[in-house]
Amino acid sequence: MSAPASVATPQARLNPNGPGAAAVLAAGIGSLAVAVFAILADKVAAIKTLMNFYTPTGPLSGVTTCAILAWLAAWFILHRRWRTRQISSRSNTVALILLFLGLLLTFPPIADLF
Amino acid sequence: MEITVRGLWTMIHGMGFGALYLMACSGALVELYRRYGSPLGPEIKEADERFMRIYLTSMAVLAWLAVLSGAYIIYPWYRAVPPPGTADLAAFPQRLLMSSPSTYSWHSIGMEWKEHVAWLVPISITMAAVVFSQYRRSLRVHPELRSAVFAFVWVSLLAAAIAGFFGAMLNKNAPVNGGPTISIVEGEQK
Repeated sequence: MSAPASVATPQARLNPNGPGAAAVLAAGIGSLAVAVFAILADKVAAIKTLMNFYTPTGPLSGVTTCAILAWLAAWFILHRRWRTRQISSRSNTVALILLFLGLLLTFPPIADLF
Repeated sequence: MEITVRGLWTMIHGMGFGALYLMACSGALVELYRRYGSPLGPEIKEADERFMRIYLTSMAVLAWLAVLSGAYIIYPWYRAVPPPGTADLAAFPQRLLMSSPSTYSWHSIGMEWKEHVAWLVPISITMAAVVFSQYRRSLRVHPELRSAVFAFVWVSLLAAAIAGFFGAMLNKNAPVNGGPTISIVEGEQK
């Protein structure tokens, strides 16, 4: 079982995991952002009005546009900070937690608990 | 044999983009695990990597087309508000579902979940396509990164399945229909 690790190390060093970790964590942030903006638009009347970017689609247009912008902004910032670095696998764990939270919090019976 | 413009768009959104994404996603997972699941996996040729890059990018395009057509073409028809006093709600699917206790939850749970969870799909698969294009075979030597990308692809499959299931059930209970009619085949009257 030591062979894969010895094969992995030099190549991983040549190709740092930073850009990949940035993309993964940003996707987790984007996923949670969808749920957070949806809950805010559902619970706060002023935000619901603000999120109405395109009237035929209603607040969903603002919720998803803001979430996509949050995802892309997070990706851009993290990529710039991590592009040449080797990042701890904890960032991937955090990304997966954010993704599962996003999945759970978009489920209406759970979102309605807030 | 006829179909309305709204019905045609719903079919393009659900079957053209959504169902095709679901099928493509299961294929992508098989291929990713088979070729990139282990550092000691089979040899990967340049052509295979190029194919996989195009495949994942096409999936990302499909996912974006599905959510954008859903949110900006079909959803406005779904949530249209009928004029006061309208008795026939067939052209107003959301109001039709909300008008009966037996169908109310298709909207309050089904559509409310579908309209949000579906957006996890393009986010996840776009990330997977970009990471794959950047790392390609060296993904094999980044086990944590590889596992995270695979998990996002799995969740994109789950989210697309949720959206697809509720989309089908919503359209069964309150079809999005209307607009000009397109005649596909002229039938012979007997």
